[in-house]
Amino acid sequence: MGYKAKFRVWRGEGGEGKLEDFTVEVNEGEVVLDVIHRLQATQVPDLAVRWNCKAGKCGSCSMEINGKPRLGCMTRMSTFSEDETITVTPMRTFPVIKDLVTDVSYNYQKAREIPSFTPPADVRPGEYRMQQIDVERSQEFRKCIECFMCNNVCHVIRDHEENKVNFAGPRFLMRIAELDMHPYDVADRKDLAQEEHGLGYCNITKCCTEVCPEHIKITDNALIPMKERVVDRKYDPLVWLGNKIFRR
Amino acid sequence: MERHEYDVVVIGAGGAGLRAAIEARQQGKRTAIVCKSLFGKAHTVMAEGGAAAAMGNVNSDDNWMVHFRDTMRGGKFLNNWRMAELHAKEAPDRVWELEAWGALFDRTKDGKISQRNFGGHEYPRLAHVGDRTGLEMIRTLQQRVVALQQEDYQVHGDYEAYIKVFAECTVTRLLKDGDAISGAFGYWRETGKFIVFDAPAVVLATGGIGKSYVVTSNSWEYTGDGHALALLAGAKLINMEFIQFHPTGMVWPPSVRGILVTESVRGDGGVLRNAQGERFMFNYIPDVFKDKYATSEEEADRWYTDQAGNRRPPELLPRDEVARAINSEVKAGRGSPQGGVFLDVSTRLPAAEIVKRLPSMHHQFKELADVDITKEPMQVGPTCHYIMGGVEVDADTAAASVPGLFAAGEVSGGMHGSNRLGGNSLSDLLVFGRRAGAGAAEYIDGLAKRPVVTGVEEAMAEALAPLERAGGENPYEVHHELQRTMNELAGIIRRAGELSEALEVVEKLKSRAKNTAAAGGKIYNPGWHLAIDLRNMLLVSECVAKAALLREESRGGHTRDDYPIMSPDWRRKLLVCSAAPDGSEVSVVEKVQQSMRDDLITLFDRGELSKYLTEDEMAEFDAALAGPLVAQKRES
Ligand SMILES: Cc1cc2nc3c(=O)[nH]c(=O)nc-3n(C[C@H](O)[C@H](O)[C@H](O)COP(=O)(O)OP(=O)(O)OC[C@H]3O[C@@H](n4cnc5c(N)ncnc54)[C@H](O)[C@@H]3O)c2cc1C
Ligand code: SF4
Ligand code: SF4
Ligand code: FES
Repeated sequence: MGYKAKFRVWRGEGGEGKLEDFTVEVNEGEVVLDVIHRLQATQVPDLAVRWNCKAGKCGSCSMEINGKPRLGCMTRMSTFSEDETITVTPMRTFPVIKDLVTDVSYNYQKAREIPSFTPPADVRPGEYRMQQIDVERSQEFRKCIECFMCNNVCHVIRDHEENKVNFAGPRFLMRIAELDMHPYDVADRKDLAQEEHGLGYCNITKCCTEVCPEHIKITDNALIPMKERVVDRKYDPLVWLGNKIFRR
Repeated sequence: MERHEYDVVVIGAGGAGLRAAIEARQQGKRTAIVCKSLFGKAHTVMAEGGAAAAMGNVNSDDNWMVHFRDTMRGGKFLNNWRMAELHAKEAPDRVWELEAWGALFDRTKDGKISQRNFGGHEYPRLAHVGDRTGLEMIRTLQQRVVALQQEDYQVHGDYEAYIKVFAECTVTRLLKDGDAISGAFGYWRETGKFIVFDAPAVVLATGGIGKSYVVTSNSWEYTGDGHALALLAGAKLINMEFIQFHPTGMVWPPSVRGILVTESVRGDGGVLRNAQGERFMFNYIPDVFKDKYATSEEEADRWYTDQAGNRRPPELLPRDEVARAINSEVKAGRGSPQGGVFLDVSTRLPAAEIVKRLPSMHHQFKELADVDITKEPMQVGPTCHYIMGGVEVDADTAAASVPGLFAAGEVSGGMHGSNRLGGNSLSDLLVFGRRAGAGAAEYIDGLAKRPVVTGVEEAMAEALAPLERAGGENPYEVHHELQRTMNELAGIIRRAGELSEALEVVEKLKSRAKNTAAAGGKIYNPGWHLAIDLRNMLLVSECVAKAALLREESRGGHTRDDYPIMSPDWRRKLLVCSAAPDGSEVSVVEKVQQSMRDDLITLFDRGELSKYLTEDEMAEFDAALAGPLVAQKRES
């Protein structure tokens, strides 16, 4: 069952590095992360990689496998042929710290710039009443495990460092949509989405949706509806607020 | 060396740590959150089933007293009853508070938070979001931290004026000034540079110890750091012999062995069968639970739709019972081809319903094992999941015996007794996380002066040692041997001889661990990190094996093949571990468990208590029944 696989893994730190070749044992049922761990335990003890849950739940092990953003823990070795060389590189959009570990602080910065959940002042904890159907839209977005692969793949910033200042990336534009669709949120982030966080940069290529390991329909369900809301915000904001609160 | 002054340093960014930090900050304290992984990735993110809170949304008969009783029963009456009481009373408020911070739980028809059935809980009690409740919880708390930072930005022009997250930063020593805590020492995983926190109060919220076992649902973070840090700082650990083996971990493929299959599968109708197709759990209902569980498949199946008129299916017995039953079936040769038993939901619910209620299980089996759970059964077996034991704390303030040290969440001990009920951890994190934050704030307010940091040089030398050594042991090998040893010799079923053997191996591994060498530099070097973590795993393993050897009975997460009976005399005794500052001289001593308050013990009926309590205690109970406190309560 076991065989020897050929791996090319990016190794390096501080802006420099190169692909290194390894031959490593693979056993039945293993995923790419298992193989990286075997390299650590047997050949390169200081090979850096992030992981936690090993079950696709924490979003730590994002990497690029044969050029495609993937979770290392959810990529089965059986999806490759035995003689194929498997190339593993760090996410390209974020600066490399070491080997497969990147500096993802951009994402945490953006998260902090989005005004938080804002409930009406007069609803006390325990009094919230919402119908399942009204929470489901935001729940879809809250499945996000913050693997940041959507931000990694989005062409607006993938090869355009300069756009990072003005663009929150699909992950956080989706966060704005999530709050906008929350039955009890009363803040208005529409102008902000457009003016500060670069919703307009998105030209709905759907690359983000394609890589999302949670299969969230980022473009169709978050970004496009958000764009529509920004466009037809001409109506009276009070009516809009009322609709939002009384919909439940 | 990098140095920071804070009022409170919270070690851990899971549910307990974040809730503690939020509380400390809300009480005006400058707070640091330190964690080994990125912000939002702590173990809590993996919790699936839900958070137990007696809100009574689905069955209005539920209340804190029923929850309290279930918790004590689940823990086989060894629980710190004051913690169980506070937990049952406060859990609903803590869950509702999450909703006010933006959490979106699944709903009932009338728009309230939906609650699901779980093992050992009399009524549907777990607030949940599909099977990703932990993710919702950690994200909500993370976003609450961000909301507070935004408030601080408005006032002080600095997001991090009052609360700052130090992510990918590992604490290796607590620092002291005389008897009291004065700070913490650690290193940045990213750079290997050292960092000192100067703080009069430290809250430990570091989670569990599962990485001492091979088959575990726990991640690399669970190296028992907080347990060890507390011991080394002079605090005490209790109940370390009690480890929960979750009955349903994946058994195949080998690389995912141990990964959790949520109990919700059974709560939502899934059943366990052996290779002969028999629903074997009916053969394993212990005496103490006889009148609460169905004795026929027909009754068990009716229960899902009519809970008032039927008893619950035995698949929903507390976890220790189910794990032992699976273990016995496999040993008796009635296991599944891959060494577990069958867990089947495919014949119990329509496919669409399974995908809706158990989306991440569906995904996990499809992606990792090529199994479609809507069409075929899963194969499952026990996996090391949770440690009931931990830092001995005061129930109300979460304070440990060392002044300035607090502990909450999985790293603390007592709340769950000898066995934790599913769903009681997430609520525990919130209830005692908040109490720890408040306890730390109150402690600081009562201090006359700030304690002074000492011991930095020693801590640094200890951390550097594996890097400076050449040609020593491979830390991965030492780790692997420890995991195998604990799994085989101090696992789900224990014997005196094997436990003694485990202790001998641990002793040898301790000296090997002192001689590990980590190749490479200081920058993000997992080999070095593991070499440092070994100290903690070994110390904790020693406590587990020593306590397990001493407790000559079987109870909850501690099963002795050579002492299979649960003994009322042992119920009164807690085992308390302590150690010298260098990790040597681990000792375990007995301590008498405090008797339950009259108004709490009289919540149980005599027949049930007599299965657990000694005759002396029963006499006290009879006196309590006649006592004034209870009479008063009856009138009001
Ligand atoms: C797969 C799975 C499913 C579960 N499902 C449920 C469920 O449905 N319901 C339920 O109630 N319970 C469940 N549990 C149990 C529950 O999730 C855990 O007990 C709980 O999340 C622990 O939370 P915590 O806050 O104590 O610690 P964690 O969330 O584990 O956080 C520990 C934190 O401490 C940090 N840390 C550790 N050591 C150090 C150090 N040396 N220096 C700095 N930081 C450190 C870590 O980085 C991390 O941030 C589940 C557990 C697992 C594994
Ligand atoms: S759809 Fe928009 S956000 Fe997503 S990858 Fe394309 S441009 Fe980026
Ligand atoms: S939306 Fe999907 S791809 Fe983007 S961070 Fe979240 S889980 Fe990852
Ligand atoms: S390790 Fe958690 S998603 Fe891969």
